[in-house]
Amino acid sequence: MQVKTSKASKTTTAANSLESDNSESKTILTIRDLNAYFGDFHAVKNVNMDVDANEVVALIGPSGCGKSTYIRTLNRLHEEIDGATVSGEVVLNGENIYAGHADPVSIRTKVGMVFQKPNPFPSMTIFDNVVAGLKLAGIRKRSVLEETVERCLKQAALWDEVKDKLKEPGMSLSGGQQQRLCIARTLAVNPPVVLMDEPTSALDPISTSKIEELITELKTQVTVIIVTHNMQQASRISDRTAFFYLGELIEYDETKQIFMDPKEDRTERYISGRFG
Amino acid sequence: MDSFSKIQMTVLSMFSTNGRGRRREIHFADRVFYYLLKAIGVGILLLCASLIIFLYKAAEPAIAEFGWDFFITNEWDPEAQEYGALAFIWGTVVSSFIALLISVPVSVGAALFLTELSPKWLKAPVGFLVEMLAAIPSVVYGLWGIFLLAPFVRDYIQPILGNGFGFLPFFQGPPLGVGMLTAGIILAIMITPTITAISREVFRSIPDLLREGALALGATRWEMIKVAVLKTGVSGIVGAVILGLGRALGETMAVAMVIGNRAEISLSVFEPAATMASVIANEYAEANDDIDLASLAAVGFALFFVSLIINTIARFIIWRVESKSKG
Ligand SMILES: Nc1ncnc2c1ncn2[C@@H]1O[C@H](COP(=O)(O)OP(=O)(O)O)[C@@H](O)[C@H]1O
Ligand SMILES: [Mg+2]
Repeated sequence: MQVKTSKASKTTTAANSLESDNSESKTILTIRDLNAYFGDFHAVKNVNMDVDANEVVALIGPSGCGKSTYIRTLNRLHEEIDGATVSGEVVLNGENIYAGHADPVSIRTKVGMVFQKPNPFPSMTIFDNVVAGLKLAGIRKRSVLEETVERCLKQAALWDEVKDKLKEPGMSLSGGQQQRLCIARTLAVNPPVVLMDEPTSALDPISTSKIEELITELKTQVTVIIVTHNMQQASRISDRTAFFYLGELIEYDETKQIFMDPKEDRTERYISGRFG
Repeated sequence: MDSFSKIQMTVLSMFSTNGRGRRREIHFADRVFYYLLKAIGVGILLLCASLIIFLYKAAEPAIAEFGWDFFITNEWDPEAQEYGALAFIWGTVVSSFIALLISVPVSVGAALFLTELSPKWLKAPVGFLVEMLAAIPSVVYGLWGIFLLAPFVRDYIQPILGNGFGFLPFFQGPPLGVGMLTAGIILAIMITPTITAISREVFRSIPDLLREGALALGATRWEMIKVAVLKTGVSGIVGAVILGLGRALGETMAVAMVIGNRAEISLSVFEPAATMASVIANEYAEANDDIDLASLAAVGFALFFVSLIINTIARFIIWRVESKSKG
């Protein structure tokens, strides 16, 4: 494995990043020897990665290289597919989510996920979509739900557009709005980590930049791991970038480092669009 | 579909004579096709209208003779020239209701099992079996009902219900085997494959993305099914139930064979009864005068309207559900 994660380079270049004053960066996720399979097919190979709290990590790589599969192991969604298995460790705040006693349901409330295509529940209003996770957790108190809806829709930069039509179906919104609704829905359960799998790939440029802006703001509260096909997006919003190729994590480093001076030849070729 | 496209091909080849203005020719062929479809659509409407008119004409002597009383009295005695269809309307509605009561939970449960829970290797064979069951002719169900179901109901189900819930008016009277309950059960068995097969298609058409969305929010498997599958598929389920109900309302042979055929209204489902379809089937061959025939036609007319009303209500439910979710 050639994982180029050097704490040293992290602290030096972090000097001019947003959290420069916050020199005490705490590791929130530690991934060790992670493998994911579809039956016999080895889709993610021996990945090791550390993610600090309140950073945005971008996952890049050619399509089919296992980014989605990898991200879906981090909230134990991968195993929901028939025949799909995982080995290795994912330690979230000191707790291995793959330990024998770990409960996937409660893990998923701590590691939220936004999907490639917006997926609001068609049977629910905007309001009910936002609080769907809270209701699953058994929270029914009207005042709590209302407060959460307003807070999360504001965080998702959607409040002004929908505050007068919370009773309308979630599906009545545009694609970009639906995706922000899904972000609000994810935030409502207060997960410390949010996974996003190409959240803007189905959206127009304006919705895309809204969501990018929102991710940058969310950083103060959550850790974001985002898969993206778009290099500019990765360099705009992420603190660290991981390059995947054929199921392997080839290089993982400061985003600037990856884009300016990658250590691996394959990273260099992918970034410069010379991949064959 | 296939014959449609053949027609379209023929029409296209008829009009593509030379190379000039090919686009316009296709356009013209499209128009021909459009009018063809329109004619078929109008034809179906006309057929439907003529059916109603025919039924009404055939029933007119009875309706002229007995007026609305025909539909709200329950004396049916051709010997005494007394004709009132209420008992049959009651029989149809109640037996179908019993069938739904039993069948809907079973069917939806089976469909959920097939799409959400069943191991992969079991899905295809069970699914195939369900579809086979839907294709069995109803007279076969009827025979099975007479020889196996009716004795079973008489010896086990009726005693148990009678002992446990005999204080309710629904479960009183001697265990006869044949009767409303047995008819309801056999209808349930007949419509379950239909409702299951359609519900399964409905659930299958729900994208996994919604299921994963629910799981990612911390839903358990059952909560995921409730939030992402059942709630999303509810209008489809109602559609499936309508189709099953349509079969139950009109089912003739199997019901005629096990319901006991007595034109009486009783709250107890142990009692023999009769439905609109069963009385037509039973008495048509023996009807010997005009008023007899007209009365049976009037029962058919009533069956048509009861089906229409129930279907309208069900469509309304679907429409409400859909307008609530899609906006
Ligand atoms: N449900 C599945 N069953 C079998 N193989 C799959 C499945 N989903 C993805 N794969 C395979 O796993 C590999 C990684 O896929 P994925 O993680 O979706 O890639 P990416 O998100 O980087 O485009 C691909 O080769 C793909 O064909
Ligand atoms: Mg992907």
